Amino acid sequence: MTTTVTAPAPTRRAVPLARLRDLALVPAIVALLVVGALIDPVFLSRANLVNVLQQQTELSLLVLGETLILIGGRFDLSLESTVGLAPALGVALVIPAASHGIGTEWATALAVPICLLVGILIGALNGVLILRFGLSAFIVTLGMLITLRGVQIGITGGQSLFDLPPSVTYLGNTIWLGVPLSVWLCVVVFAAGIAALGWFRQGRAVYAIGGNADAARAAGIRTDRVMYVVFMIAGLLAALAGLLMAGRLGSIASNQGSQMIFQVFAAAVIGGVSMNGGKGTLFGALCGVLVLGLVSNILTLAGVSAQWIQAVYGLVILVALVLARLTTGKSQDS
Amino acid sequence: MMSVTESAVAAVGVSKHFGATTALSDVTMRIAPGETHALVGRNGAGKSTLVSLLTGLHRPDGGEIRFGGEPAPPAADRGAWRRRVACVFQRSTIIPTLTVAENLFLNRQSEGGPIRWGALRRRAGQLLEEYGVGVDPGAPAADLGVEQRQLVEIARALSQGARFIILDEPTARLDAAAIDRLFARLRGLAASGVTMLFISHHLQEVYTVCDTVTVLRDARWILTRPVADIGHDDLVAAMTGEAVGLTDVARRPPRDASVPAALRIDGLALDGAYEPLTLEVKAGEIVGVTGSGSSGKVSLAETVGGLRRASAGTVSVGGATVGAGVPAALRAGIGLVPQDRHREGLVPLLSVGENATMPIADRLGPAGMILPGRRRAAAQAAIERYDIRTEGPDAPVASLSGGNAQKVVLARATAREPKVLVLINPTAGVDVRSKESLLGAVRAAADAGTGVLMVSDELDDLRHCDRVLVMFHGRVTTELQAGWSDTEVVAAVEGVSA
Repeated sequence: MTTTVTAPAPTRRAVPLARLRDLALVPAIVALLVVGALIDPVFLSRANLVNVLQQQTELSLLVLGETLILIGGRFDLSLESTVGLAPALGVALVIPAASHGIGTEWATALAVPICLLVGILIGALNGVLILRFGLSAFIVTLGMLITLRGVQIGITGGQSLFDLPPSVTYLGNTIWLGVPLSVWLCVVVFAAGIAALGWFRQGRAVYAIGGNADAARAAGIRTDRVMYVVFMIAGLLAALAGLLMAGRLGSIASNQGSQMIFQVFAAAVIGGVSMNGGKGTLFGALCGVLVLGLVSNILTLAGVSAQWIQAVYGLVILVALVLARLTTGKSQDS
Repeated sequence: MMSVTESAVAAVGVSKHFGATTALSDVTMRIAPGETHALVGRNGAGKSTLVSLLTGLHRPDGGEIRFGGEPAPPAADRGAWRRRVACVFQRSTIIPTLTVAENLFLNRQSEGGPIRWGALRRRAGQLLEEYGVGVDPGAPAADLGVEQRQLVEIARALSQGARFIILDEPTARLDAAAIDRLFARLRGLAASGVTMLFISHHLQEVYTVCDTVTVLRDARWILTRPVADIGHDDLVAAMTGEAVGLTDVARRPPRDASVPAALRIDGLALDGAYEPLTLEVKAGEIVGVTGSGSSGKVSLAETVGGLRRASAGTVSVGGATVGAGVPAALRAGIGLVPQDRHREGLVPLLSVGENATMPIADRLGPAGMILPGRRRAAAQAAIERYDIRTEGPDAPVASLSGGNAQKVVLARATAREPKVLVLINPTAGVDVRSKESLLGAVRAAADAGTGVLMVSDELDDLRHCDRVLVMFHGRVTTELQAGWSDTEVVAAVEGVSA
């Protein structure tokens, strides 16, 4: 081919700008650190910062799963119920009925594998309902949210499970090199996720599906299969988050994970993940998680009264969403 | 002489049915290697069905597709199809959120291991350079213009190894300079041995870039000829065939020159759709507008009806300028039958009565109330006037046939007794009987003094017009008074002089 007709060159919009958007929240995080330090010297102490990180590990795993689904152009509200049901079921199958178990008393070593398997199965079920039967993701996963929570309450009789086997609590309350194991785990999982989404075909396929599913299909991507896997990974991560929470708190309450889903979406959207699919990074979402964690911690340290903290926290998230909308200049949905 | 084995691509005796509709009937088309082959035909002639068979999206019910003398790969083996044939559709298959480089190598960014982005961008850069596409591989695809996206799609198709490319109306959204650049490129590709199937509504383009032309009409093969051996007139005649249907149309009485203008369009323009245009429709006159899909005719009607905001110029009704937006158009007395009755015309779950009376809801009771009795009466009147076949005003509009649903749309457009009626393809997809009563109703409205602007692809619709304007690439190029021949209209639509 030797034709040398050239179309006019595209207006070269600075490509680095797109990458900088990833770092957009870093100044916000720095600002929050400064504000925190000014409000209370305790804030910058190692113990407090490690505490903030550990508290955000569970949320961050959920956000990772949700971000994968959002990039693929779908969403899942039921993750927060998986956080409760998966570990509750794993534990209830192995502990005696006297401790509110089911009474099967399976080998305690099975608790963690069952928990993770339940998460995967819930993700697969969401996938079947949404992809195979073409049901609305909103109403299906809202239905799952309520059903899964109900199943957990049914199994445990609405009681908290205290008699946790050591394998279940291990992940959530072990400390390695002065940092909780859960934090290390999140670092590894996020590194793996960032690598998969950035440097592997399977990860890039998720972006392609969310960007234009027809075009992805035309390029030979098995769109449904990829999204099944994404839903299952998200379920698995939610189950893992449930394990971390159970270990950190030493028990599984019947409302474990309840009301986390708003924070999950807020962190993802603040972190620049598009609700329309195809856009966003795990690094951005992770920054969103850190922002929420710091805000929550600062509000506590600043002595906002317990009755008002929820309102203030919600308001801060709404303001952050408005700011994210203004800085990216793009509508977050529609 | 071409034989099956010599053809790069061949459709041999292929047929395709969709339910009761025959989309293709025993069509044979052979394309020689390195040839640029044109596929032409009017809307509904079967072009897109043939393309879907050639790209493996559908399997023929009869006959077979062959590539280089070998049978087509199984439908499930998309990879094998992609290596044989690539299609640049009118609808882009570029993913706007990814970079150009990634779009070029989508789903083959790496051979299994991690993606090396630097190498990928370099490969993309080489590929773009090889095909002379001046685009930055690192730029987000969303920043590309229509022309650049198309070039990227062509480059991607070729890089997958396909030596046969289908171009589905590639010029539809390009301006003249870009079309020239595209053609230069296509000639270069043909010279390097790429086989192309070129689908176009503009016969002039067929003469410019193609070697051979195949004409389809009413799902059948009509002819295949070297373009050098067939004149414009013969080609147009092959596309139109013998005139069928409602050719006998009573001539409308001539209007007095003193009749005032019902609708006046002054320098109206919409960027990217049509250029400044001035037009007058007298009270009682029916003016037809036709043209190909990219002519801007639909956008023109939608601007007049208030669905689109003009970038320049004014619309006035009875001397008063009409503001932007549908409510203003309705107030001024413009009734619109939109292009897509399912999307803009009707609310399918509501009843016939509710749909028909929607614009006059304010007249059906005091203070915004809608009195069911009054609505029933108004709906019943519309049903009788437009001969709508339905169980009654309470039947859901979704239960109606296409023709009757369109009558409801027309009833709605005329509910406020508009001074101006704008219609877009009013008889698309309706049966012959409904067509007659729809066009009869339009004529009746005109006889009662309404100015009618009718945009249509159908010659049968245009026959009812006092005059017909033909648009081509956003401009009115031809004006025909009643009594035109089919060939005159089609030639003007396709951009050739008859």
